[in-house]
This record gives sequence, C-alpha cells and structure tokens, in this order.
Amino acid sequence: MLLTDLAKLINANVVTCPSSPREVACAYTCDLLSWVMAKGKPGLAWVTVQTHMNVIAIASLHDIACIICPEGIQMEAPCVEKAEQEGIAVLFSEKTAYEICGLLYKAGVPPV
Amino acid sequence: MQRLAADLHIHSCLSPCADVEMTPNNIAAMASLKGLEAIAVCDHNSALNLPACEKAALRCGLVFLPGIEVTTSEEVHVLTFFADVESALDFGERLYKSIPNVMNKPEFFGEQLVMNEADELIRVENKLLPQASALTIDELVNACRKFNGVPVPAHINRQAHSLLANLGFIPPELKFTAMEAYSWIPLNVENSERYHIIYDSDAHCLGNISEREHYIGAYEKSAEGILAYLKESKPF
Repeated sequence: MLLTDLAKLINANVVTCPSSPREVACAYTCDLLSWVMAKGKPGLAWVTVQTHMNVIAIASLHDIACIICPEGIQMEAPCVEKAEQEGIAVLFSEKTAYEICGLLYKAGVPPV
Repeated sequence: MQRLAADLHIHSCLSPCADVEMTPNNIAAMASLKGLEAIAVCDHNSALNLPACEKAALRCGLVFLPGIEVTTSEEVHVLTFFADVESALDFGERLYKSIPNVMNKPEFFGEQLVMNEADELIRVENKLLPQASALTIDELVNACRKFNGVPVPAHINRQAHSLLANLGFIPPELKFTAMEAYSWIPLNVENSERYHIIYDSDAHCLGNISEREHYIGAYEKSAEGILAYLKESKPF
C-alpha cells in the first residue's frame, strides 16, 4: 500500500511526507521504544502515542516509512522537522491505535 | 572527595505502594541500624513527607538528600534530587498540578499518608500520586535544573518505567550526569562509563533498605556535597 493511500484509509492529516511515493511494507503499534528498536523494519507504519525525539531516531535507524500519532496527539515542531530531514512521514489521526491497526489489517497490511 | 554509604531511593508511607511502616522515624532508624551515612526519600511525584523525613534523618546523624521520583508523560521514572527540602517542596507543588485529577483507591493501591516528625498522621493525600505527569522528560529535566536539582533516570536496567525501556536509548541532548541502576540486574547500558551509576534499594518496606554496600561520592558530608558530585560530568 502506498503511504498516500494509507493516509486516506485512516483519514489522517499528513504533517510531513517525502515527495517520492513510498510503499508501506508492514505495520506495528507499540509505545515502548526499546521494543520498536528490536522489531522495527524498513517500510514500517508505526502507530505510537510517544512523541519524544527518540521516536524519530528509531524510525530513521530502521528506515521506517511513517509514524502515526493516534487520538489527535500532536508531535512538536522540532520532531516534525527532524522527521522531514530524515525523509520519514508523520501522520496525525483522530482515530485510536486500535482503529488504525484494524483498518490497516483489514486492508491487507501485514504485521512485522 | 569522600564516599558515603548510601541509599538514595527509599519510599515513605506517602507512596501508596509502600508499607505503612515506612514512617519517617522508622526509615531513619533502620538506615542508621544498617550503617548507612546518607539517605534520600523519593516518593512518587510528591515531596510532602520530606520535612518530617529530614528531621528524623538528622536526629539519627544521617545526611538527608531531598528527592522525588517523578513519572514523566512518557511514563519514565526519573529521580530528582534537591539541595534543600524547600526547593523540593516548591518543585513538588508544581509537579502536583501536572498530575491528573484522579483519586486514589486505597483498598487497591494503598494509603498515601503525610506524617509529621513524630510519625503522627497529618493528613491523607487523596489524589493518586504515582500517575504520569503532563511534563515530558525534556520539560522535567529543565524544570528540575531550574530548581538547582539533579535529574537521575531511575532503575535504568529495569524493564518497566525506565528510560531505556520506554525511550529506547539515553537522549544525549538531556546531558544526564548520573543513572540509577538495580544492583541485582545486569547493567547492560551502553557507554555506562560516562555516568555516575548509583545503586539504590527502591525500598517499599523497611527490610529492603540497602545494607552498607553502595557508596556515593560527596565533596562534603552534606546534601550539597552529594548534589555537587552528581551534577558533575564524569570524566571518561
């Protein structure tokens, strides 16, 4: 699934997104960054309530496709700017992590 | 520089998870019996028992370092240490406003008891203290340093509520100088030589207060002396 299609599917506001089209390979939700550090994969769509700068670092480390902030959570500007520099998309959604993952699962996005 | 036998992470009966026997005088007397020279009481998100704990500790001839164990919005536990009880109380007041207005359920979590220096109950705290504050770890670190305090990530090698478990790695921009670790779990922290590693009990009952086995550096035998040591970057 393309990132742009994923954004439409979960009705997300795309805060930053690399200009070239990117394929989402799989999806995961976890708020313990140590777990994502251990399980992250290239092309991952990662749903998390954490918005610390370390989120961007771990996303960059694993070449993650996008970070999805659920429940209307906003990521602060310095983190969004860093994500932009690193070519990682950031999406804001009003839906819960459960709803987002349900939609992605139903659409055939595989787990990690 | 001197080294003091210390336990800098002890919970009093203000923490709902601690035994009611963790009164100011019981803590001080037990620490003294165990041959400790310095203690810090760090309750969850509150400094309210520090005035009584300090008086009890000083009566036993202990150095008393005022502390609070803060839960950040990322649910990371960070010990914050201050030079005096007044600073900790001021900081604690600010912190109190940043925790959600959810009341304690004593039959599930335990009582939150505020005591005086004679171990008499002053009042029961009703707001559930160990909740996550609205302060992010960055905000907490800055606020603590504004009060001339030292932030020390707690039980860094624990799987729950630790900086490493929740945020994956130590954010370099926060310039931590010290980390707390449990001595009974392997440390496994990258670049641990860059930090003062302190070992504490995190005692919630009297028997678990540290024996005379861990030492803290101090430029003088006082809270300020320990604080100055913890603040200083470790040469590596």
